[in-house]
Amino acid sequence: MSRHTLSVLVENKPGVLTRIAGLFARRNFNIDSLAVGPTEHEEISRITIVVNCEEHPLEQVTKQLNKLINVLKIVELEPGATVQRELILIKVRADADSRSRVLETVNLFRAKVVDVALDVITVEATGNRDKLDALIKVLEPFGIKELVQSGMVAIGRGSRSITDRALRPVERSA
Amino acid sequence: MTEQMTSHKPGSAAAPSPKDLAARSPHREAPRLPDDQPQTPAQASQASQAPQASAQAPQAPASTQEPADPRPHGKTRATGAQALVYALERVGADVVFGIPGGAILPAYDPLLDSRAIRHILVRHEQGAGHAATGYAQATGKTGVCMATSGPGATNLVTPLADAYMDSVPIVAITGQVSTNLIGTDGFQEADISGITIPITKHNFLVTKPEDIARTIGEAFHVASTGRPGPVLVDIAKDAMQSMTEFSWPVAFDLPGYHPVTRPHARQVREAARLITEARRPVLYVGGGVIKARATQQLRELAELTGIPVVTTLMARGAFPDKHPLHLGMPGMHGAVAAVGALQRADLIVALGTRFDDRVTGKLDTFAPGALIVHADIDPAEISKNRRADVPIVGDCREVIADLISAVKAEHEQGRRADLEAWTAQTGKWRTTYPLGYAQPDDGSLAPQYVIERIGKIAGPEAVYVAGVGQHQMWAAQFIDYEHPCTWINSGGLGTMGFAVPAAMGAKFGRPDATVWAIDGDGCFQMTNQELATCTIEGIPIKVAIINNGSLGMVRQWQTLFYNERYSSTDLHVTDEHARPTGTRIPDFVKLAEAYGCEGIRCEQAGDVDKVIERAMAIDDRPVVVDFIVHKDAMVWPMVAAGTSNDDIKHARGMAPDFGGREE
Repeated sequence: MSRHTLSVLVENKPGVLTRIAGLFARRNFNIDSLAVGPTEHEEISRITIVVNCEEHPLEQVTKQLNKLINVLKIVELEPGATVQRELILIKVRADADSRSRVLETVNLFRAKVVDVALDVITVEATGNRDKLDALIKVLEPFGIKELVQSGMVAIGRGSRSITDRALRPVERSA
Repeated sequence: MTEQMTSHKPGSAAAPSPKDLAARSPHREAPRLPDDQPQTPAQASQASQAPQASAQAPQAPASTQEPADPRPHGKTRATGAQALVYALERVGADVVFGIPGGAILPAYDPLLDSRAIRHILVRHEQGAGHAATGYAQATGKTGVCMATSGPGATNLVTPLADAYMDSVPIVAITGQVSTNLIGTDGFQEADISGITIPITKHNFLVTKPEDIARTIGEAFHVASTGRPGPVLVDIAKDAMQSMTEFSWPVAFDLPGYHPVTRPHARQVREAARLITEARRPVLYVGGGVIKARATQQLRELAELTGIPVVTTLMARGAFPDKHPLHLGMPGMHGAVAAVGALQRADLIVALGTRFDDRVTGKLDTFAPGALIVHADIDPAEISKNRRADVPIVGDCREVIADLISAVKAEHEQGRRADLEAWTAQTGKWRTTYPLGYAQPDDGSLAPQYVIERIGKIAGPEAVYVAGVGQHQMWAAQFIDYEHPCTWINSGGLGTMGFAVPAAMGAKFGRPDATVWAIDGDGCFQMTNQELATCTIEGIPIKVAIINNGSLGMVRQWQTLFYNERYSSTDLHVTDEHARPTGTRIPDFVKLAEAYGCEGIRCEQAGDVDKVIERAMAIDDRPVVVDFIVHKDAMVWPMVAAGTSNDDIKHARGMAPDFGGREE
């Protein structure tokens, strides 16, 4: 088993996410993380899916995804040639005694404090999975009250763009 | 149109008079076929019948006062519903099987005025879906069914799943509640586009009138190209009621749909090389060859290479049964020669087929010594179950045509396989282990005999449609198929109740052909209401009920694997000792008569031919023959589910002897 990151370009239409998520469930695949949003083309959305599976089933699910009419393009992003980021918001306990130690940790991770209350501070951090896991680990002893994560987004390094040739001209009926 | 469908039976009180089909002939306009596609025999005959149909329709109302092409040109103001009907006419639909209801009502109003489209009012939406499938399988065209929202739409779920598994091009049009009610649990609201995502090739929810015509164009395009499949178009009622502008042609908005049809030349050359090097090759042919209209090319390839052929359940008729290279059907109830040849092959050339579990048996023991060339139009099928050594993505007609050229090129270089020993071996298996059956010793009818005689008397030009179960397997085994599109059944989903409505659709599409539904008594009771449709609409199908009083295939498994404990498989009235009392519920002859059909019962082997001939002579209404057959007859050969094809039994407890491994 290994982790794979798929970038799926889809038509920006209602119901497309259901088709994709349903296909994963139907073909017995677990999604580790899924993030979706618009791209530089308003008619295209981009879904970043992280799955944990063997090579052969990944090929099968990619082929099945490709059959969905609303799917324009699928690219597997190699970790070495890709910038991968996740966003995390953590509400961590921080009273007068512990606040300075929490802030120190936040600074070490180049994270940001985005909200402060008497007994908690809310921390925003971005990074790859490893960095965020490490952050969670060091904040845990203070007491994590709430945590939310975005799912991974990823983009290939260099000047090439996978959205360039995703749009093709319309066909006409007979 | 043919005489048999337009003929009346004057003075017949028993049978309702069929409607005059010619007056609203669906074939008044010749079917519009893509120019680059050769016609199937059915289409050719329809086209040639078309002028005759016009001649037979002298009473067509006001036909002389109308312009030659009444279809709207340029931009036309229309309601969404009118746009729907215009678009259906433009894509070449000549028949819609359906039932109206609240949300689809707007569509039925302009449908009444369509001269090109005939609506067949079925009795249950499932019947509409299977009829569309039968029509599509018999003609190669796209079938159309229509239903209202909610329960009407959900009743289409089974036929959509069925068409999806068997890659049948049908378009289902459903009404949806008005846009302002969607999502409110409105009356007769069901999220049918959500429900059918996993069982359609694609579906659409249309909420704007200006999108209707384009979506219909797209739906037919998606259904009929690439790997065919069902497409559902769900249209909100208010979109059908609002005004829009209709124009044709429409620009498709399908940026993500690009089926590959041209095979890769290097892969084809590699396949040809393997073909000329193989010593024990088999052509493993699936339904894709029929859908690609590639049966001529297949025959040429087989004869050019001398490679034995096996045809799957979906491919019966793709290669003539009488051809000496044909080993029969592979799989769970396949012929010994076909199963044995695949198991011992060193090369399998799989064409338009998907290595289904009913063919491979236990997958990791399937054809252990074979290299695999796998050609299919759907890339997701290749290496899904069995890894392909040479994958070829493409339309089977183009793939086989290219293979023929590539093999010829190999032959010209002096590279040619010597298959004499192999074909002698496979031929020996074929003659040693032919399909056969025992006559019951109590004098009752052997179901296989009945089916065999229907095949012999109706002949290879007839169309045979089966339900699911023992009768289906016997119909696949004991009828000789010589032409494509003459065998229609529910292969992948195994839908009991498929036969009667599918036969109705097939008969509508090929009115000149004799259409026999070979059905079981269990299956028949699921959808026989469509006999009313057949009688009233003048669609004279013939139904052979292979009546063994039980759910025969399930019973066979109970006999073999559940210690003969017959739990809930008996359809007869039984006494306290579980013996049939002789009371028939329902009495199928009376039921047939109630539907305005001719009902005949047959219980003696000596009567079988007479009864079939009598049924063949009746053309003005449907015929139902209740063949009372032996209840313990079993389907052989058999590979038990989950076991290896090497463990095939050609009769109970009897394993064939394939001899030593052929080298």
